[in-house]
This record gives sequence, structure tokens and C-alpha cells, in this order.
Amino acid sequence: MSAAASGWEVVIGLEIHAQLATKSKIFSGASTAYGAEPNTQACLVDLGYPGVLPVLNEQVVRMAAKFGLAVNAKVAPRSIFARKNYFYPDLPKGYQISQYELPIVEHGELFIRDADGNEKRIGITRAHLEEDAGKSLHGAVEGSSGIDLNRAGTPLLEIVSEPDLRSAADAVAYMRKIHTIVRYLGISDGNMQEGSFRCDANVSVRPRGEEALGTRAEIKNLNSFRFVERAINYEVERQIDLLEDGGEVVQETRLYDSDKDETRSMRSKEEANDYRYFPDPDLLPIEIDDDYIEAVRETLPELPDAKERRFIDDYGLKPDDASILTVNLSLADYFEAVAEATSAKPQAVANWVIGDLVGALKRDSMSIADSRVAAADLAVLLDRIADRTISGKIAKEVFEAMWNGEGSADDIIEARGLKQITDTGAIEAVVDQVIADNPSQAADYRAGKDKLIGFFVGQVMKATQGKANPAQVNELLKKKLAD
Amino acid sequence: MHSMTLVELRDGLQRGDFSSRDVVAGLLERIEARDGELNAFITVTAEQAMDVAGRADDARANGGAGALNGLPLVHKDIFCTRDVLTTCGSRMLEDFVSPYDAAVVERLASAGAIMLGKTNMDEFAMGSSNETSYYGPVRNPWDLSRSPGGSSGGSAAAVAARLTPAATGTDTGGSIRQPAALTNTVGIKPTYGRVSRYGMIAFASSLDQAGVITRTADDAALLLKVMSGFDERDSTSIDHPVPDYEALIGKPIKGLRIGMVRQHFDAGLDEGCATAVREALSELERQGAVLSEVDLPNLDYCVPTYYVVAPAECSSNLSRFDGVRFGHRADNVEDLLDLYCSSRGEGFGAEVKRRIMTGTYVLSAGYYDAYYLQAQKVRHLISDDFRRAFESVDLIAGPTAPEPAFGLGDKTDDPITMYLNDIYTIGANLAGLPALSAPCGMVDGLPVGLHLVGPHWSEETLLQAAHQYQLVTDWHKACPEAYK
Repeated sequence: MSAAASGWEVVIGLEIHAQLATKSKIFSGASTAYGAEPNTQACLVDLGYPGVLPVLNEQVVRMAAKFGLAVNAKVAPRSIFARKNYFYPDLPKGYQISQYELPIVEHGELFIRDADGNEKRIGITRAHLEEDAGKSLHGAVEGSSGIDLNRAGTPLLEIVSEPDLRSAADAVAYMRKIHTIVRYLGISDGNMQEGSFRCDANVSVRPRGEEALGTRAEIKNLNSFRFVERAINYEVERQIDLLEDGGEVVQETRLYDSDKDETRSMRSKEEANDYRYFPDPDLLPIEIDDDYIEAVRETLPELPDAKERRFIDDYGLKPDDASILTVNLSLADYFEAVAEATSAKPQAVANWVIGDLVGALKRDSMSIADSRVAAADLAVLLDRIADRTISGKIAKEVFEAMWNGEGSADDIIEARGLKQITDTGAIEAVVDQVIADNPSQAADYRAGKDKLIGFFVGQVMKATQGKANPAQVNELLKKKLAD
Repeated sequence: MHSMTLVELRDGLQRGDFSSRDVVAGLLERIEARDGELNAFITVTAEQAMDVAGRADDARANGGAGALNGLPLVHKDIFCTRDVLTTCGSRMLEDFVSPYDAAVVERLASAGAIMLGKTNMDEFAMGSSNETSYYGPVRNPWDLSRSPGGSSGGSAAAVAARLTPAATGTDTGGSIRQPAALTNTVGIKPTYGRVSRYGMIAFASSLDQAGVITRTADDAALLLKVMSGFDERDSTSIDHPVPDYEALIGKPIKGLRIGMVRQHFDAGLDEGCATAVREALSELERQGAVLSEVDLPNLDYCVPTYYVVAPAECSSNLSRFDGVRFGHRADNVEDLLDLYCSSRGEGFGAEVKRRIMTGTYVLSAGYYDAYYLQAQKVRHLISDDFRRAFESVDLIAGPTAPEPAFGLGDKTDDPITMYLNDIYTIGANLAGLPALSAPCGMVDGLPVGLHLVGPHWSEETLLQAAHQYQLVTDWHKACPEAYK
């Protein structure tokens, strides 16, 4: 039974961890590059050696401020780092430097579309800076666990939403929106496979109409949109089943097992740590003045919502297409580069980019940055359709050839002799021939079988290897057959 | 030669009266002969010291010598020293050889100073008697049955016994000044942020500050100039100009306004100490200082505030000693929790455990507001007391410790009495102020210290007052009979 149908309301809040795209760590000079040999990118500060001290990487402040401004939040003039104390082998100092009271960003918002296509505001409670922990490698060493501290000290922005999400679909839409924003801002690469973008989901249910929130479970470390959707759906059903059977939801932390598609208990509230947060005496408060904020604001790019609006208003794109194109900044930039360079209509450009180009990229598992057809080259191809050098159908063939590296649109059209025949005399000759060769069909057409026009067009196109201009063919056939 | 000060040694080296090799060899011999009874050293770096002395002599011959070239000193074993054992007085770091030098060590070495060794200390600087050290208590050269104070007790005893002219120390609640007072040496704790904490093993980060123990204010000025200054590796170090302390302390103190802290002479202060301190202040008055009385109304809250803030920070700072990456690791553990509990249980001593537990308690959910937050508020009030006092005086003065050196074992059963030994010194740490202790008298053959506290960045005034006092008095020259 779906939650919506069952009389239960689902309440979800997300805590998203976005890894900030700095070259060095948040409190040390060690590199943040992914994929190095274990423990080769951990300096004494990352290892928590006796006597070492953290020094803030100023880049992260700028990035957090950028995010705050992008989600219409308050960027705090004064925020402080706090220590979150707990013991774990991948946490070298025995505490994580994070922010607790006074985070750098508070009271933001963004807008998503819910399942019915309605715009919906999602509040962002806060976003704070913190360092990542290392990684335990169970089974890496025979008979014991290894620890890789390369990731220790990697800068994270933890973005906490209000419990405004009402379904797994809402949660995914919200997470996608944050993903789009951080990549637009250039503050995170958003790479989910490498763990640069992941989230914890707080999920509860309550009888529809009830004010008070139900007891929540926190699902940890979801690192794909699909897992977020499936984990939440599983968890919602689990909680509803539990409550309908007269049971109670326990406040606890749960892990999602993607192989079994289920969540299972990790630790309950009773076992939860008392983190003993207190201000980190090794670090000064982050103090930001208005000039700093204004300087950061100057660097803000056009944001996804504004771009989507502009694509609709200025280019006349269909809303859905504008939305698809603006999810990914590189794709949006590609589209605009083509649209600006070609005389083809923007909607035609959008169709090509979303259809043929994205299709080819997907087929070859490539990202837009690696596209084998540059925007300027696609623009030329679309020009050739617009100026009637080739038909849209022939253009597909040319595009494939371009994709395969056979040269520019013009070279391919030339080399393959694909130039559309627009010479009326030449087409007329073929039309006459086709009519002469098919007298009975011509008679039937003239007797009222209008549909036979398709047959004649097909014959003409076949005779010209598709190069005849279809509009001219149509026009001539109608004229000649009417004679 | 062993009784010469740094300034005297520097002049002698420059005149060519002796070489750094002579100086270092002499002191190493003396350490070898006398440290058995004192236990002031955890590590003696004899070979390294002789090497560096040789290079210092060469550098001097070639005319390219730093401000401290060829001058010997010792480091409290809380400072990380590259390739040299750094124990922090704990079993936890019994085998810890640091891969890097602390900023203080680095700065002094690059000015040419020679490290003779690393001194004993209360475990992780937690103690006022040097009895919490895993390496055994340090004995006071003035009376071997007594404590030299702590936590920089090894540094103070080594300087007092003429095993070294100078030593570094750290001061979180009085750990430089109280041992200086108990051993007849000069100890200065600079303004918080004056000296980099990088490489100094943290006890309570918001209170810890490195300083020196010497026999004269002059020597302290010489070292402090080299040690001070901004370090980008310590976010709490402050970019404030470093004056030429040595040049400034020669100025007479005529007109210097000194406030005697009314509350410091209340009950609880040994009568002999009170007399010695009053006499020292009269001497300063004779030199032109203007005395008055000032109030520090929240004095009684210093010790309780400190014993919330310091344990809170230490409970977190010491979490890194978990047996996983460095330090003591217990054998034959059953699981992760056992590894933590056994390694820390075996590696830390009783006082450290007591403070970790206290600190964990005051930061716990439900107690944080009542203890930690409340202590931070009181800390502000204490800072305000000082600020108000400095509206009418340049320095404030009183005794460094409530009594002269106490017997080893006398206070070990009662932590509270031990904690109260720092009652006059803790305020400067809570307020981040510079403070100094200088020898000012004797009670039954035991030294008494005069405590001076100034506003932020007033190190030069503190050193100036102490130096001018030492120009007309001889207390600082007094040496324990057995160590002449």
C-alpha cells in the first residue's frame, strides 16, 4: 500500500554532505585528490600527531558563503568551529572539527517540483563546515582492519534541510537540486561514486492531519539518488507496517543495504554517543563582513532556476526541455553555445542536444565535457538544415559521421554527396518520371486516394537517395498529379 | 662556568674566553654527576649537543652566528623534538620519537641555541609538584625532600641547580611561575598568542603558553625575543610586533604604577612569604615605583573556573592517545573497546585520568550549561577584574605561591590542596595575560617568588621591573649550597 493511499503522511529531512572542491584539506596542506595509495595524503595534522594544530583553509569559507547566498540564506557574520568528541579508529584526533552552535549558513530555501508538478518550497535549516573522517578498510589486511586516512580532513559542507519533504520523490528532487546548485557554484564536483556527495535521511510517518512528528529513524550514508529513493520507500513501508501492527518506531540509526534493498538497525538512541560538543580552542571564530559577502555575491553565476526561466522566456523552450538542459551547467552552456552560433530555432537546438547529443553521450558513457562533437560544429550542422543544404533526416546521418570523427558537417556532406537537391528543374524531372512509371497509382490518387501522396514522395526520395528537398517534392507532386 | 648566566656566557664566548664545546661539555658532565639525585631530566642529548656546539664554534669563527649561538638550554619534554624522545612525562609516550620540531624548539635552534636535553614534568603538564610524572618526581635542589613545584619542575630544578642556564617551560595555570618561585629562578609566561603553540603537546589549548625559566630577567628577555612572534601554523598566535626586550629592560622604573592585590594577602598566604613580598615591593617603591592597592574580587573563582575549563579541553585534547597510531598500545586486547580502554588505562596516570573524567563530565549533555558554559562566563568576569585593575596601575603584584616548597608526598592525597597552590597564578592564564615570577626572599632557607602580572603585551614592563629589581638585590644570585 502506498503511503499516500494509506492515510499516513511521510516526513523527511535530509542531511547532505557535499565535499568541497579544494586542492588541500580544510585544516592542513595535504592534497584532497581522490584515489591515491592509502595514507599517502595524510600529513601530521591529519594524523592527529601530538602538538600539531589545525589552520583553516580560507577557500572553504568562500565556498560556504557562496552556497549560502545561492540558497537565499543568512551567511553568519561570526561562526565558530566546535569539536565533536567520539572514539573511532578512522578519527585520528578522537574528535571531529565541525560546527555546532553558530554554523556559517542558516535559514535558506530552495524550490522543487513535487509529483504533481507543483512548485514547493523546502527550507534549509543550516549548512556548516566540517572535516571528513578517514576510512576503515575491513579485510584489507589479513586478520585485522586497516585504516586509510587520505580522506581525513577533507572539507565537507553539511547541508541540513527542514523536515519539509513529503515523499521519496521529494527527497530525490531536493537532493538533485542541491547537487545542481553546488556544481553550478563550482564548490563541489558532486561525484557520488567517489563519495563527494552523499546524504543521511531522517524519516518518520504520522497519521495524516496529525501535528506532532512521529519518531524518526536516520538512514546513514546514501550515495546515489536511486538508493535515496529506495531506502526511503523501504523505510516508510517498514514504519507504517510497524505502526499498523500496533508496534512503535524506535529512534535509531539505520543502514541501507542496497543488495538486499532494506534498511537495518545500526544503533539505537540509547547507544548513541554524547558528542560533548564545545568550541574548538585551537581555531578562531570565522568572521565575515558585508564587503566580503558582497565580493562573494559578485562571483555568483546564474543559478539553475534563473537559467531555466531565461531559457523559457528568451529562447522559447518548452518548460520540460529548459529544465532538462539546466540540470547540468555544462549541458546548459553547450546548448547556449549552439543556439547562439546557429540560425536554427532554439527549440530545434534543444531537440538535437537533448535527443541526439545526450543519446550519443549516454551510449558511449561520456560526459558533456568530453563530447566528440563540439558546440560550434553542431551549430554548423544545424545551419545546414536551416539553409536547406540537407534535410533533418540526412542530418542524423551526418551527426553520426561527425561523432565518429569523420570531419566537419560540410566535409561529410561534400564527401558523401549528401547535398539536398533544391534545383526545381532536377526535382521536376524525377517527379515526372515517377508519375510516368506509376500510372495506376496516379489514377487512384486522382480518383481521391489522397494518402497515396506518401507513396509518391517515397519514390522520389528513393530515386534521389533522400537528397531531394521534401517540401519541394511535396509541392511539385501535388501540382503535377493535379494536372 | 656552570653558574654563569646566558648573557655572561654569550659575552665570554664572544671574547673567546671559552668555546661552546667547553661550556656544553662542562654542563653535560655536571648533569651526569648531579641529575641522579634531582631527576630533572628525562632525556640527555649529549652527543647531539656536542655536535651542535662544534658547529656553533665554527659559525662563530666564521662570523655568521645567530643571537643565541652556542648557548646551552634544555626543553621541557612537552615540546616535540625531531628524532628525540618526547614523552610529556607520560608512559603513554614512553617510546614516542617526534618526527618534527616544535616552533619554539625550531626558533631557538635556528638562533644557535644548543639543546642539552629534555626535562621532567608532571604528566601532560597536569600537576603542581612534578609528582604525577611517570618518570618519578623531580627533587628541589634547595631541599631534596621537597618538590620543585610543577609542572615545569624539571626545567626549574635544572636551572636552579646550575645544570643549565636556561630552560623552556609551559604554563597553563602557573606551571612556569610556581616552580620558578619554589626554586629561586625567574619564570615568565607571555601573553596568550605571543609564542606559537605549534609542536607543544596540548593540555588546555586556551590556557597553554610557552615561556622560559632562567636565573635573571636579562636572560629571560634574551630568549623571549627569539621565541616570540607570529606563526601561521598556530591560528591562536597573534601577529603583534616583538620588541627588543633586552634593550628595553634597562630603563629605570620611576613612576611605574604597581598595584598590590588586596586579596592575595588574605588568609591562606604563608606569613614569611607575605613579608618577603612586601619587602620586595618596598624595594621597588624605593626605586620610584608608585604602590597602591587593587582588587581582584573574583579571585576565589579562579581555581574552580580553571578546574572546569582545563579538564574540559584536556579531555578532548588527550583523545588522540588511543593506541591506534602512536603511543602506548596494550597487548592482547579482545576488541576495539578493549584496545582503547586498556591502552589508555595503562598509558595514563591517576591525575591525568582524574582530569579526563572531570572534563568529560563537565562537557556531557545536561551538565555543559551548568559547568562549562558557567565557567566561561566567570572567565569573562575574571578578565574584567584585571581590565579594571589595569585602568589605574601598570602592573599588579603579589606572591607567586601561597607557601614555599612543600614536601614530596605532602599533598598527593588531597588534590584540592594541591590545586590551591596555583591560586595566585591561574588568573593570568584565564585572562591570557603575561606574568612573571622572580626570586624575592627566603623563608627558612626556601625561596619565595614575587609575582607580577601585566596587561596584554606588557612583557617588556614585567621584565623591566624584574631586571631593575635584580640590579639592586641579590636574591636571584642565591644558589643552593650543594650546587655552587
